[in-house]
Amino acid sequence: MPEVTPGDGGDGRGGTGNGVQIDLISGARMEGLTGMEKIRLILDGVREGNIVVLEEGLSPDEESKLIEVTMTEISPDEFNGIEIETYPQSGSSNQGFIGRLIGKESAKKLTVIGPANQIETLHKDENLISALVSRK
Amino acid sequence: MGLFTDLRDSISRAVDRMFSDAEPKRIGIYGPPNAGKTTLANRIARDWTGDAVGPESHIPHETRRARRKENVEIERNGKTVRIDIVDTPGVTTKVDYKEFLDHDMEKEDAVRRSREATEGVAEAMHWLREDVDGVIYVLDSTEDPFTQVNTMLIGIIESQDLPVLIFANKTDLDDSNVQRVANAFPQHETVPLSALEGNNMDEVYGKIAEYFG
Repeated sequence: MPEVTPGDGGDGRGGTGNGVQIDLISGARMEGLTGMEKIRLILDGVREGNIVVLEEGLSPDEESKLIEVTMTEISPDEFNGIEIETYPQSGSSNQGFIGRLIGKESAKKLTVIGPANQIETLHKDENLISALVSRK
Repeated sequence: MGLFTDLRDSISRAVDRMFSDAEPKRIGIYGPPNAGKTTLANRIARDWTGDAVGPESHIPHETRRARRKENVEIERNGKTVRIDIVDTPGVTTKVDYKEFLDHDMEKEDAVRRSREATEGVAEAMHWLREDVDGVIYVLDSTEDPFTQVNTMLIGIIESQDLPVLIFANKTDLDDSNVQRVANAFPQHETVPLSALEGNNMDEVYGKIAEYFG
């Protein structure tokens, strides 16, 4: 069986020659990382043209920093930023202050992140995210 | 005698400061690009101070620096509320300079605008984490409110335990759907308004006084 390695496309981008690389990152893999390490892991992957899927998502504070760091890395004709999708949190408010206080608000929500020019959300509701991924 | 008078005045001023109203709260006006944040900030500032905050435009990312209007005193029900309004750049996760080319802009200007826009968004996020005491979240009520940026920003605001009011703007337009905005964020109060036309500003000021006073 041929071994597929990242960058087989030979163009310096992630994924294989005809495809798009998808990194599915478990909650356990993210658990030991600092906020900045998580953001680096995500953005390094996305900037290589990969689609990053997080099993448990990011906390609101990490999301805020992800937006901020993404903005600092946008560069004309190179990187336009990210597309990020999670299920809408219909119950987020119900947890309220107490929920946050006891740490239950941890954003355990599947999150999809990709380069803004390669991923387009077709449909999103509380149970389904449908996205179109293209290889640019 | 002069020294004694100076000392007495100095003590008097210090005591006045101690017992004067608290520092004005900084209220950040947040939302996606083109929601009407600056139009609202200007409306509030003009109504209560006579000055504007910044230029308005239909081109996204007109506001690329957070702008503060200090000591805006809003009177409601015999009570005066003092706030600083912080008009922030529209938050997004992507900026492509090519979008500005559609607005008759040369490439060089479009690239500069996009660079300034990215800096502005980063700055807005920083303000949200560090420097605001409450948030007015402005949405264009003709647009779908169920976007990722809106969901994330409301989540970020909630995680900071900041008081927040949702303003469903542009009610003067035919496509306006205030109920859709209210349904998107049922945990927060939604106030309809047209910042451009000045519609429903009485309720807007009443809610600002109630939430941030």
